[in-house]
Amino acid sequence: MNIMDHAVDLPVWAALLVSFFLVVGSGLTLIGTIGFSRLPSFYERIHAPTLGTSWGTGGIVMASMIFFTVLATRPVIHEILIGIFVTVTTPVTLMLLARAALHRDRAEGNPDVLAEVSPDEPKRGPALGE
Amino acid sequence: MSQTILAVSLTFAQVCLAIAMALAALRMSRGPRAQDRVLALDTLYVNSMLLLMVFGIRTGKDIYFEASLVIGMLGFVATVALAKFLMRGEVIE
Repeated sequence: MNIMDHAVDLPVWAALLVSFFLVVGSGLTLIGTIGFSRLPSFYERIHAPTLGTSWGTGGIVMASMIFFTVLATRPVIHEILIGIFVTVTTPVTLMLLARAALHRDRAEGNPDVLAEVSPDEPKRGPALGE
Repeated sequence: MSQTILAVSLTFAQVCLAIAMALAALRMSRGPRAQDRVLALDTLYVNSMLLLMVFGIRTGKDIYFEASLVIGMLGFVATVALAKFLMRGEVIE
């Protein structure tokens, strides 16, 4: 256990808090990836890894911030950069990927995907206000 | 006492993230279509970023934070470029 010698001054409450956030973050990441490898279709699978990018990243970033703040006895919050960055970029990438997959499925005429509705075509069904 | 608690939870986190990376690699090698492989690569990037942060807590060094920041940015750029390629057939038009 020589590699953990830098943590010898850490109080027990801080160690418990850091452990809690580590276990929550890594456990949720593992659950999300299990879902990613087991769900049947791509449009269901694209939801699962976001568990790792939301609470998985949040938990581990929070654990790292608490650990270094308590050890250095001053606020160390630069890990929040990773949290902000992942939170901002994940919706962008997954939206682009979902639109690319939808485009590919429609181009192949895959019957599981709805066809595109053109904007000039009048919509079927009762109009509003009738 | 606090060292033991931390060592157990750090080992647990590392094992969890390693299993998650193995599952993502399995999906990337098996995935039925190209979009599954791209999504698996993105998941692999996020998991390796988190694993590097756990390494940073275990060793108490600051350099792992910078490495994981770089990995996160590279993962974003790579996934956007691959999604653009799947949509259009080329990356820069």
